[in-house]
Amino acid sequence: MTAETGIGARVRRKEDVRFITGRGRYTDDINRPGQLHAVFARSSHAHARIGSLDISAAEASPGVVAVLTGADLAADGIGSLPCGWMIHSRDGSPMKQPPHPALAQGIVRYVGEPYAVVIGETRSAAQAGADLLDPDFQDLPANVDTASAQSAAPIHDGIANNLCYDWVLGDESATDAAFASAAHVVELDIINNRLIPNAIETRAALGDYDPGTDVLTLFTTSQNPHLARLVLSAFVGLAPEHKLRVVSPDVGGGFGSKIFIYAEETVCGWASKRLRRPVKWTADRSEAFLNDAHGRDHVSKARLALDATGRFLGLKVSTIANLGAYMSTFSSSIPTYLYGTLLAGQYTTPAIFVEVKSVFTNTTPVDAYRGAGRPEATFLLERIVETAARQLGMDPAELRRLNMIPKDAFPYQTPVALVYDTGDYQACLDKALALADYAGFPARRAEAKARGRLRGIGLSCYIEACGLAPSRLAGQLGAGVGLYESAEIRVNPTGNVTIFTGTHSHGQGHETTFAQVVSSRLGIGLDQIEVVHGDTAQGQFGMGTYGSRSLAVGGSALMKASDKIVTKGRKIAAYMLESEPEDIDFDDGVFRVRGTNKTKTFGEIAFAAYVPHHYPLEELEPGLQETAFYDPENFTYPAGAYVCEVEVDPETGATRIVKFTAVDDFGQVINPMIVEGQVHGGIAQGIGQAMLEACRYDSESGQLLSGSMMDYAMPRADDLVNFDLDVVRTDCTHNPLGAKGCGEAGAIGSPPAVINAITDAIGVRTLDMPATPLKVWTALQAGTAATKRS
Amino acid sequence: MTVKVTTTVNGKPVSGDVEPNTLLVHFVRENLGLTGTHVGCDTSQCGACTVHLDGQPVKACTMLAVQAEGHQVTTIEGIGQPGNLHPMQAAFQENHGLQCGFCTPGMIMAGIGIADRAKGTTLSEETIRIELEGNICRCTGYHNIVKSIAAGARDM
Repeated sequence: MTAETGIGARVRRKEDVRFITGRGRYTDDINRPGQLHAVFARSSHAHARIGSLDISAAEASPGVVAVLTGADLAADGIGSLPCGWMIHSRDGSPMKQPPHPALAQGIVRYVGEPYAVVIGETRSAAQAGADLLDPDFQDLPANVDTASAQSAAPIHDGIANNLCYDWVLGDESATDAAFASAAHVVELDIINNRLIPNAIETRAALGDYDPGTDVLTLFTTSQNPHLARLVLSAFVGLAPEHKLRVVSPDVGGGFGSKIFIYAEETVCGWASKRLRRPVKWTADRSEAFLNDAHGRDHVSKARLALDATGRFLGLKVSTIANLGAYMSTFSSSIPTYLYGTLLAGQYTTPAIFVEVKSVFTNTTPVDAYRGAGRPEATFLLERIVETAARQLGMDPAELRRLNMIPKDAFPYQTPVALVYDTGDYQACLDKALALADYAGFPARRAEAKARGRLRGIGLSCYIEACGLAPSRLAGQLGAGVGLYESAEIRVNPTGNVTIFTGTHSHGQGHETTFAQVVSSRLGIGLDQIEVVHGDTAQGQFGMGTYGSRSLAVGGSALMKASDKIVTKGRKIAAYMLESEPEDIDFDDGVFRVRGTNKTKTFGEIAFAAYVPHHYPLEELEPGLQETAFYDPENFTYPAGAYVCEVEVDPETGATRIVKFTAVDDFGQVINPMIVEGQVHGGIAQGIGQAMLEACRYDSESGQLLSGSMMDYAMPRADDLVNFDLDVVRTDCTHNPLGAKGCGEAGAIGSPPAVINAITDAIGVRTLDMPATPLKVWTALQAGTAATKRS
Repeated sequence: MTVKVTTTVNGKPVSGDVEPNTLLVHFVRENLGLTGTHVGCDTSQCGACTVHLDGQPVKACTMLAVQAEGHQVTTIEGIGQPGNLHPMQAAFQENHGLQCGFCTPGMIMAGIGIADRAKGTTLSEETIRIELEGNICRCTGYHNIVKSIAAGARDM
């Protein structure tokens, strides 16, 4: 009955009909009677003291209802926006966390920082009022540069060298000893370029306070509404948790940028309580560029030690990570536990040492963006491995194969904290090389050369830690909260079910995938299952969606809840069929007394559970509704091998990707169609980082130069090709689905594959992302000049 | 000061009072409550607001509501409904041409335009990619959008 729709089936998505007919319901689609509109006044200076702020003209502007500032926020006791992950420096001292008010108080520290909000009857009235605000900004020294941040003027009182923490991981002396004994040492300076997430739906918030019940409902574009409610209640003080309902309806993409607790939703909720009217804000794209948390921005030095045969002996990494002007919700964890712990990659490198200095700059806060730390780790590692192969004159595939963790070595303890449970990296590489026709590349290169084109091929073998997070481990690593996930299954009396998940879908297709899981388990059709998420008033609790955790953690919770439903169903069936629960089998939606033809269907059991006749109430509670919380024992470890082939026009530096191959191991896959879509999107974002996307600040003024889609090159359809995908399957050993997670793989694996391919094509050692035509052409000219000189 | 706009949207005559500088996309979303047409950028780059004006795809953020006076506007809500999908809508579902769904109405409206322009010829993948230059998707990597438009064009 469920084989065509169950686990492993390519089911068309249940949620699509509303999206393709324009019936999706995103935050900006929601309006409330009496609604006001908020427009934020934002700093035009990178670092300045607000000498004075006269709001009287704005207040008097037609249609303006209120002008609120940081002083009003402080007076009402609305607290700082917290960072939830404590990191300690190498000397044991805790990270320096400066206050982060939702509206700046006295000093602004980046261009775009909100310092006031104007609330009007219409958006244009609010905008007209905001245009009348003209604070007396007194400029302070500003720095936007990651590498020099420690010697720049201080941004926060009491934080020396703009240093948040100086974190280390690994065995430094063992690593130094490895280098002392090495036959070869490879060194590389690596920049991981700053990115802007750019979900196509901008962020939005609508605060709707009901003075009758004292309940504040906050509609917002959040990837984790329950966590938003918790943080806004417990730390920010917006409202008591039982008086705060957070609703994340359809959300138009997140990629990490919608995990965090931002100023704007805080202010809309606060203003609605204060003004006793609904208050709505929807970002325009310029605000998204200025104020959504950015991603990446690392400056690193990497050194790899190898023996005479090419075996890796040690890896030493020194990274400066830009946090921006304030700490965002998870920002401290990204360059540390989601980065340093992944530096072993797929390899047996016995000694690794990494130090990370995270610094404040006069830029937008930086936090998780698709992959979060893992793309930075993979880029560094796969670039230096490729460079090592060229330095040693070895085939890059062979050097990788020589150093890979063999498939019989799992579970595998790396030198940087993680224990990989399972994998088969050689199989991924072999499959990718075959699919990409790696062996046939020299002939294609020669053919391209005959046409005047430079062709290159690049590999990348990535690993990531997904399924955030084992709570015990997360706590040891500094997380303020455990990161289990919850599920609730309500079987309705007529036998269909409503699922409540604590995860959140913003494009990942949970309404289909989760229904497939439960359909397989309970033996009912997909059309009998409704998945509900994104409303704290409906689901019990949850930690939201990020880090490819929804299926591995949330899906596992659903499995637990399903099993509880079956267990209770057996008891009910045993009573109805005059048997014992242990003698009842359940298969494909039918309860059966073992060895007999006595059966009850799932629907009959559900009906009996809710409208019982002759029911033993003292032994068996009515109802069929179960909840489960699942806390994983370990991260999951998706891995894969990517191959990129490019052609460069040496006259212009223009680079085309001609073939892109991805072989991934995601463990058990529920819906291959959805998984492939996730990989496509991830690869596109990775190629965007590698070839197109650059967040740039003016080094003097601190102005954001790439402040719109006119200046920030988003990948378009003709920048990309169709991707060739395949999978290798080794199931996760510790969750009941065997699932590993697939959402970030493409963004992690692709950037080094692209840059390795381009550097191969043009014969240079280093090339910073994005590899724009100008940068490639300039590198080619420099290389040609160097060749001529030598 | 407001001005009255009278036009035809999805086959029905409509009118509304708007500020003269009101964009068509805001008229459609806010005055008419047709929220399937989305706003994704300030610079006419993303195409999430694509609608048809007299059968031709246009970006509804690039024209004023008053410019639609007397014209036929078609939004995503006007081309097919649940249970009675337009072939291009059906192709997007069949080929997994969407993820978060936010760019999707604009992609479908642009896709219908691409298919209309190619009538009588075979649409190559390269042509679709080039003609999609006005629409941005951040989720799908375009792989399945290109497949969807090719399939939708075949079925139209």
